Amino acid sequence: MNHGTRNLLLYIGGLVVLNGLMTALGLWTSYWWAGLFINFVLIVLIAEQVGRRVPARHKTAYERALAIGFPILLLIAWELLVRGGVLNARWFPPPTRIGAALWDLTISYDKFSETSLLGRPWLIPQRLATEGWPGVAALFAESHVWATLGRVFAGFLIGAIPGVFLGMIMGMNKTVRLMLDTTMSAIYVLPKIAIFPIVMLIFANPFGEGPKIAVVAISAFFLVAINTMVGVRDIDPVYIMAGKNYGANRWQMFRHVIFPAALPVIFAGLRLALGTALIVIVAIEFIRAKKGVGFMTFYYWEIMVTDKMYAGLFVVMALGVILTFGLEWIGRRLMPWMRE
Amino acid sequence: MAPKIIARNVGKVYETRRGQVEALVDFSLEVEEGEFVCIVGPSGCGKSTFLRILAGLEPLTSGEYAIAPGDDPNKPLNNVVFQEYAIFPWKTVLENVAFGLQMRSVSKRERTAIAMDWLERVGLRKFADHYPGQISGGMKQRVSIARALANDPEVLLMDEPLGALDAQTRTVMQEELMRIWEETRKTVVYITHSIEESVFLGDRVVLMTAHPGTIKEIFPVDLPRPRSHKTTATPAYAELTYAIWQSLQGEVMRAMQEQQA
Ligand SMILES: Nc1ncnc2c1ncn2[C@@H]1O[C@H](COP(=O)(O)OP(=O)(O)OP(=O)(O)O)[C@@H](O)[C@H]1O
Ligand SMILES: [Mg+2]
Repeated sequence: MNHGTRNLLLYIGGLVVLNGLMTALGLWTSYWWAGLFINFVLIVLIAEQVGRRVPARHKTAYERALAIGFPILLLIAWELLVRGGVLNARWFPPPTRIGAALWDLTISYDKFSETSLLGRPWLIPQRLATEGWPGVAALFAESHVWATLGRVFAGFLIGAIPGVFLGMIMGMNKTVRLMLDTTMSAIYVLPKIAIFPIVMLIFANPFGEGPKIAVVAISAFFLVAINTMVGVRDIDPVYIMAGKNYGANRWQMFRHVIFPAALPVIFAGLRLALGTALIVIVAIEFIRAKKGVGFMTFYYWEIMVTDKMYAGLFVVMALGVILTFGLEWIGRRLMPWMRE
Repeated sequence: MAPKIIARNVGKVYETRRGQVEALVDFSLEVEEGEFVCIVGPSGCGKSTFLRILAGLEPLTSGEYAIAPGDDPNKPLNNVVFQEYAIFPWKTVLENVAFGLQMRSVSKRERTAIAMDWLERVGLRKFADHYPGQISGGMKQRVSIARALANDPEVLLMDEPLGALDAQTRTVMQEELMRIWEETRKTVVYITHSIEESVFLGDRVVLMTAHPGTIKEIFPVDLPRPRSHKTTATPAYAELTYAIWQSLQGEVMRAMQEQQA
């Protein structure tokens, strides 16, 4: 038995003994924080030992297992801490109950908001028979998820496209950059929620979709513009020289050199902007909306149905992950050279 | 016949925030059609600056220069093989090599055929669809050279194209370069750090002084062509390399002292 194997067994043994002892002696209630910390350290040590033994061709699978496995482990720990009475189930409902709440939200109609999380999916077969796919789309359109997603998409596109445009100009033209840079940086740090009241006043219907989408667009715009500018400015001048030397005209220079060279940084900006769009819209839905995942979450907080509130938070996180994945997928398509 | 490249009293002063940097003074050089001229000199003496001026990528502060156009007005006057390769990471090897032709609106079929031909000649046919990030430094430099040759310019300006390569790859590439040049007989201005390389490749070796750069001495290379690495085993080769080194030595010392001061 070599050194590494002995260590591995030692760590696993430590893990079993630690948790066994803490449970047997009833130490979890007072020392749960220490227990969690030591557990975490031991799991890291075990994972490192295991990682060393994984053959190179299974490395990807191993890394994926770590990335997915650890969050699951966290959920299990949460569940156990609640069941063991360490965490208060009223304020920290266990994942199983949140899951049940999520299911309940999906299959039951809320009369107050006149919709549900996914918009009465139980009507899908019926609508499909009578109206076809447009009917199904209409069903989804009335849901909380779509209310939020629609605002995110609309605001993101309305903000990001001009953002890329202005960022490009600021990156390429020094005069414009010098004139706008300070203002942009100042507005960029402003919490966009703080300007929501003003934005509401601009619109004919302050309580409609307009102001909500506008604030999302504003948040996305500045982030994307600033990132695009940085992306363009950081282009190695030797690429510009090469473009010139091989006879690129202005448009060709933009299309073949500047745009692709800045694209990775632009995408980093888009990714940030998409996340920010979600954060902003959920915050706005908390205070000023009759629909949307943010509204739903806050509503269940107000009536103290915490498991449904957590379900709402979970949906927000899931949306964030899905949107980011989607954007990264598009990014990989647009930038095939970035794959390692 | 008139020279292909004429540079007369070229001077370059960079205006920087910390004051003026005199990079080139009174640099005069004529290059004949089909000639291979090598420029050597200590680091920072203004070699790249001179090349960028010839390429029209850097304005000069004094003097004048001209590259004589050829019979075909559509042919580009010059193309540069950059010291930093400067091939585009976002384009495939094939797209990089076809880049100059694409900028001149050569049809896709034609430019692909020409680029493939050049990839064949530099031994990269198999890597046509790779991205630069997926190939080695030596291969990148060959892509950079093929990109310039595929565009068929009147003169080829090469800035330490083999500088970043390891000794073995470099030796192989030198012979390859000679082989290709024998086929095309292009006018070449070739910058290098290596005296050995300049003697092996060039018809003339231009030695520059340290900062600010100007011409110190020009050495004609009377070694027979076509050359191979066998040439490097001759006494004539050894004598010339030594003579250039003796002349360069003082400049290198001066450059190093200046950098320390
Ligand atoms: N864009 C620039 N702005 C200011 N100074 C510059 C610039 N480019 C070059 N220089 C300066 O001009 C001088 C000559 O530079 P250059 O790059 O032409 O030298 P070089 O001979 O090619 O050097 P190396 O052998 O290291 O490549 C150096 O002192 C350098 O610092
Ligand atoms: Mg240089």
